[in-house]
Amino acid sequence: MKPVYLDNNATTRTDPQVVETMLPFFTEQFGNASSMHAFGADVGSALAKSRKQIQALLGSEFDHEIVFTSGGTEADNAAILSALQTQIGRKEIITSAVEHPAVLSLVAHLEKTQNITVHIIGVDAMGRLDMEAYRKALGPKTAIVSIMWANNETGTIFPVEELAQMAHEAGALFHTDAVQAVGKVPMNLAESEIDMLSLSGHKLHGPKGIGALYVRKGVRFRPLVRGGHQERGRRAGTENVPAIIGLGRAAELALEHMQDEQTRVAAMRDRLEEGLLASIPNCFVTGDATSRLPNTCNIAFEYIEGEAILLLMNKEGIAASSGSACTSGSLEPSHVLRAMDIPYTAAHGAIRFSLSRETTDEDVDRVLEVMPSVIAKLREMSPFWREREVREGAFNPTYA
Amino acid sequence: MWDYSDKVKEYFYNPKNSGVLEDASGVGDVGAISCGDALRLMIKVDEPTQVITEAKFQTFGCGSAIASSSALTEIIIGKTIDEAMSLTNQDIADFLGGLPPEKMHCSVMGYEALHAAVANYRGEVWEDDHEEGALLCKCFGIDEGMIERTVRQNGLTSIEEITNFTKAGGGCSTCAEGLEEVLERVNAEMVSEGVLAAETAFDRTRAVQPVRRKKKDLEPVATGKAPLTTLQKIRLIEETIETIRPTLQRDGGDCELVDVDGNRVMVKLTGACVGCQLSGATIEGVQAKLVEAVGVPLLVIPVAMVH
Ligand SMILES: Cc1ncc(COP(=O)(O)O)c(C=O)c1O
Ligand code: FES
Repeated sequence: MKPVYLDNNATTRTDPQVVETMLPFFTEQFGNASSMHAFGADVGSALAKSRKQIQALLGSEFDHEIVFTSGGTEADNAAILSALQTQIGRKEIITSAVEHPAVLSLVAHLEKTQNITVHIIGVDAMGRLDMEAYRKALGPKTAIVSIMWANNETGTIFPVEELAQMAHEAGALFHTDAVQAVGKVPMNLAESEIDMLSLSGHKLHGPKGIGALYVRKGVRFRPLVRGGHQERGRRAGTENVPAIIGLGRAAELALEHMQDEQTRVAAMRDRLEEGLLASIPNCFVTGDATSRLPNTCNIAFEYIEGEAILLLMNKEGIAASSGSACTSGSLEPSHVLRAMDIPYTAAHGAIRFSLSRETTDEDVDRVLEVMPSVIAKLREMSPFWREREVREGAFNPTYA
Repeated sequence: MWDYSDKVKEYFYNPKNSGVLEDASGVGDVGAISCGDALRLMIKVDEPTQVITEAKFQTFGCGSAIASSSALTEIIIGKTIDEAMSLTNQDIADFLGGLPPEKMHCSVMGYEALHAAVANYRGEVWEDDHEEGALLCKCFGIDEGMIERTVRQNGLTSIEEITNFTKAGGGCSTCAEGLEEVLERVNAEMVSEGVLAAETAFDRTRAVQPVRRKKKDLEPVATGKAPLTTLQKIRLIEETIETIRPTLQRDGGDCELVDVDGNRVMVKLTGACVGCQLSGATIEGVQAKLVEAVGVPLLVIPVAMVH
């Protein structure tokens, strides 16, 4: 049976058209873009084209606002560390409790070692940012705000434009980790106050190990990686040419499929979600269903543990993921779901289904067919399930 | 994806003895839903023989938690209580063909559930001694309290010792930073209480000295330093011999440097050493010391044996 891949927020399949575009840059077009000969010049213009393709996807004003990096993690690190150097006299960072570790572990480290104060803004039960706490945290000491465009586990979308405007009123820079949003939601950065934005190739059917940081024209920037003059001195090191070419092509394809993502993919996601909720008792959707990525749904199954669910799904050829800790080697459930105050009884059993333009209706049918028995089998074994003879409304999230 | 053994997968996909055991003689509950795993073990004991005739489990947890629970029931069925109580968590892991280090706590949970069920059968109360302070090492489920106690009771001053005593830090090692913090704090407290010498206390600034690599035997003895001048070499040989002399003198002997010619070191051995059967050994001892100190191969030649 054809495997079903619903873990596209972890990584996507590199589109075969992307691979095809990349291949010549390993062979004939091997030049170094910095070289003063034809080999280099060809590559140089290919890099320029890729930059333009990303510019188009982001809707940004200038192509030179795009700096290629080794991925989303590097882009996040570069943005935050740059702001601390350019925003002289400001030693505070504001971020959210549900960021990716690419941001959260960095700021925790800065707080511990660099005398930086970090404000972590909480979220409500639907994963929405506590705007009042954010407003209060902003001040004359804020160097940078880093809040994600969309959350990787629940798909919840944050009001980044409003957040950026508020940051600017306080004189702070605004960065957003848009790794999960780029290619899934339309963007028009030319009209935006966002100063910096991170993206990653492998989340939009591009290659792994490549990403970019958008740095709005006029925003002062200090490089994370120093050395040669590549990327106009903003990111040293000979460019990963094939990957950059692949990222450009992936951006172009994402733009072509944007409409499809917003409609067909979203409809499949909704059908999956409604089907699971209807056929399985004691489960519920986490995150903000009214403001969410079109491809993501996160469902918490009560009284069972996520890794066990994934292993049984895997046996049926279905790939998804859990924020469950057991898979990440820690016993704490996902920091995102804990920040939302999802009770432990459910947080441990949360499964993220993330679709893509490659997902088919048959994939959704298969998941709907398999999941009820997977969940039932584990609940049979769970001491907590048996204790609850009445299966009615054990957890009723009160969404404010 | 975890690297689970085939046996773990087999016991997870088709667990034996899962479910509720009606009229159990002992029930043990360990873990909690908040921790991400919990296990209820139910046993039936044949009173006269003390043999565990039946065992069933219910588990909330990951694949290896379920497999460990099932393995536990398979191991204990047919054993007497005394036999079962002599099992360790390692026996459960071994039965399953091993567990990833980060999953060893699943076997510990099985071990604890057994002890809890037996205590319940005997009408005793089983105390679980977990959960003091934050969980530090997630691989082995070890909390701050346990580390602190072990460091104090055994006067530990290094991370390696902590790993040897508690296993903490022996898995993925992401807890290394946290362990260092606790060790430094507890050692500092012990120093101020006067139970630990300040020089031996763990100190992160000292612990970060880069680790030197030992060169292979093939090469001359490692020095890592610039080659010595002849004068420096002679001085070093002289100094080293001075440090050896007190030991020899204690035995009524002595050793003096006569000359150095390239890598040949001429020494005069005197007193009790001379002629004694050990003088060969003494020369070898002196030679080893000199080679170590000077860092180049040297040949020590005894001259002018004085009677
Ligand atoms: C929100 C978010 N930020 C950052 C990253 C890291 O990106 P990369 O894997 O390209 O370093 C990811 C993906 O793992 C992500 O989901
Ligand atoms: S947390 Fe993995 S070794 Fe301690």
